[in-house]
Amino acid sequence: MTAALEFRDVAKSFTLHLRGGTVLPVVAGASFSVAPGECAVLWGPSGTGKSSLVRMAYGNYRCDSGAILVRDGGRVVDVASASPREVLALRQRTIAYVSQFLRVIPRVSARDVVEAAGREGGLPDAEARARAGDLLARLNLPERLWNLPPATFSGGEQQRVNIARGLIAPRPILLLDEPTASLDAPNRAVVAELIAERRAAGAAILGIVHDAGMREAIGGRIIDVTQFGTARAA
Amino acid sequence: MTPLLSAQSLTKTYGGRTACAGVDLDVTEGEVLAIVGESGSGKSTLLSMLAGELAPDSGEIRYRDREGRVRALHEIGPAELRALSRTDWGFVRQDAAQGLRMGVSAGGNVGERLMGLGERHYGHIRTRALNWLDRVEIAADRIDDPPTRFSGGMRQRLQIARNLVTAPRLVLMDEPTSGLDVSVQARLLDLIRRLSGELGLAVIIVTHDLAVARLLSHRIAVMRAGRVVETGLTDQVLDDPADAYTQLLVSSVLAA
Amino acid sequence: MSDTHDSPSPLCGGGYPAQQGERGEPGLRIGRRAADGDELRPAPSLPSPDPLRGPPSPVEGGGKSSAPATYNFAYLDEGTKRMIRRALLKAVAVPGYQVPFASREMPMPYGWGTGGVQVTAAILGRSDVLKVIDQGADDTTNAVSIRRFFARTAGVATTTRTAEATVIQTRHRIPEAPLTEGQTLVYQVPIPEPLRFLEPRETETRQMHALAEYGLMHVKLYEDISRHGHIATTYAYPVEVAGRYVMDPSPTPKFDNPKMDDCPALQLFGAGRERRIYAVPPYTTVRSLDFEDHPFRVQTFSEPCALCGAKGHYLDEVVTDDAGGRMFVCSDTDACETRREDAR
Repeated sequence: MTAALEFRDVAKSFTLHLRGGTVLPVVAGASFSVAPGECAVLWGPSGTGKSSLVRMAYGNYRCDSGAILVRDGGRVVDVASASPREVLALRQRTIAYVSQFLRVIPRVSARDVVEAAGREGGLPDAEARARAGDLLARLNLPERLWNLPPATFSGGEQQRVNIARGLIAPRPILLLDEPTASLDAPNRAVVAELIAERRAAGAAILGIVHDAGMREAIGGRIIDVTQFGTARAA
Repeated sequence: MTPLLSAQSLTKTYGGRTACAGVDLDVTEGEVLAIVGESGSGKSTLLSMLAGELAPDSGEIRYRDREGRVRALHEIGPAELRALSRTDWGFVRQDAAQGLRMGVSAGGNVGERLMGLGERHYGHIRTRALNWLDRVEIAADRIDDPPTRFSGGMRQRLQIARNLVTAPRLVLMDEPTSGLDVSVQARLLDLIRRLSGELGLAVIIVTHDLAVARLLSHRIAVMRAGRVVETGLTDQVLDDPADAYTQLLVSSVLAA
Repeated sequence: MSDTHDSPSPLCGGGYPAQQGERGEPGLRIGRRAADGDELRPAPSLPSPDPLRGPPSPVEGGGKSSAPATYNFAYLDEGTKRMIRRALLKAVAVPGYQVPFASREMPMPYGWGTGGVQVTAAILGRSDVLKVIDQGADDTTNAVSIRRFFARTAGVATTTRTAEATVIQTRHRIPEAPLTEGQTLVYQVPIPEPLRFLEPRETETRQMHALAEYGLMHVKLYEDISRHGHIATTYAYPVEVAGRYVMDPSPTPKFDNPKMDDCPALQLFGAGRERRIYAVPPYTTVRSLDFEDHPFRVQTFSEPCALCGAKGHYLDEVVTDDAGGRMFVCSDTDACETRREDAR
């Protein structure tokens, strides 16, 4: 496998036991791959399974069938069938994920949140600390906020902490789920820059980016998710 | 790699009522495993068995000791088991009064395990107690106060210090944050997460609070009526629950 | 009678079904020598049903009477004595270990030495000479009562002289005069469990003893230092016996702890209310627990005794009037008197 990330005939549905076992199909037959240094953007109307695909790649959602292959150093791991411990190891060294929402322990300061993510990603303490500061500065998070817990921040501020957290440790695969939705134009530009840098460094990027300008800025190849539609399955 | 602690088919019945049925689980160093479920689901019974305090009716618990030998708990004699529970293991109780000596000063509480291991130098015990109080964010000038004069959050932090002073490898926690104010909870969660990461501890935490499980644990086991109905990556189980009961649990949480 | 006459000790077998009240007990012979032939001395008869009160006046020194016997020798029946001796034997065999025994109701309240009295009753032989002290003194109410109790029920000789006694029952002190082989010191113990201060669960403290988990004992000493800057425990100071069991030396002041170590006399401990017996055999190592940087130390008394003038002895504070007058005198009345006599 030359790709960093490859979906092979992936299908996903939700069984809603609280609604009498209703099966809600999401995607079927999803096959695509992302090479190192490539940026792929999932595209399609809402409800077509873009977010589910990203989450499956991160192991956050299960996969009903098919395989999600990830190149982890010299070997290939199927996230769809990997054990929880393998998935955790992948997250530590191979897959970075920037979600839409920041979920952290309430009391921890913004800087510590980012720094801890750096350490978990294998950075030495000093480097994690330095990079956390650099990233927050580049993302224009006012320094007076660094020592405050992000729970008190605005949506845009929280999102920038989240981005810093996802990007601090260099990992070969970067998953993005609407990272710039709540950001203003100047900050979107900074994020685009950071992502482009990561791409230039050889990272394979798979993301959901609604904003057309942003898409252009990061130079994403479009993957049309509607082709994995599940009308038949429903 | 062999897990630090593993349990196979643990079953425990109390007078016809099944508290635990066929529970399998394992945990290894650097890993936090959450056991969630409503009260009466068998979480605490399971934890007592894992701690060697309660013998299962059937099934086996294996522990990898510091020499790398994997041993069945029931084959370890009571003397060694108690020694293990004082050195290699920690147990943070929901009720601090059960996990602490309420009539003994904070320093004495932290120092007890050291003295149990034969430390006979007051100054050294004192220094290590101070160091641990600092690590759990208890001011040095409280070292001679008994836990009766501590707040709920401080008592739990003191329990943690008391348990961690001997550098255990496995720490069991039974609802350590319940009954605490939300802000106090956050501080404790942060501390547990930081210490378990720094020290590479294996942690098994029993909680009914899914938010606690999400923030602290890597893996999760959902229990209902004595059985593990679902297990896996914490965020996967909570965000994409497959089992009907887990879906009910997750959907029952009030969004903040 | 032949089955019992040649038996050196009732502990070695031989029942006494028919001889109760007729013949004496040879006594327990662990670590002390009983005089030959003491079994053959006739028992005293007891004229009064009440051992503590009533005519005739107490017979100190083993008086004899021809009135019919009412009490068995030394009050307790032979079966009970044997039960206690078995417990004592086990206690001696496992130094410092608390042996449960079926403590009997005694004609005195708990807290007045019922445990010590039962032990004394079980080991007393006819030729024994008994000394009883309370707080070191031979003349306090408790000491006098117990001495009279045994003088009446066993007819044994009593004394206040430590050197003359073969059995010394004590609460609180070890006599100053050095104890010798052949003597037995019987302690009255209120609370035998040294770990109870921190661990109230008996099931748990038994486990701790069984597994020699004594860290908790040091927690108690740690608490002392953290509170007072030094180990402030002055009595019931915990000791380790023969390198194994941790023992509470009863309310004995720690001043006396060093006397327990390598002592030529047999030391027996009886706790009546708590139903426990324990022992320190002669020449046993008894070590007071401490910390490397806070070693065990006994109290020092800088003042001399107001009566004998000697220094370095354990002193009691005595209030002499209700205007705040007080003086410090030797706690060991026998030692104090001996010094005063010698000075004369």
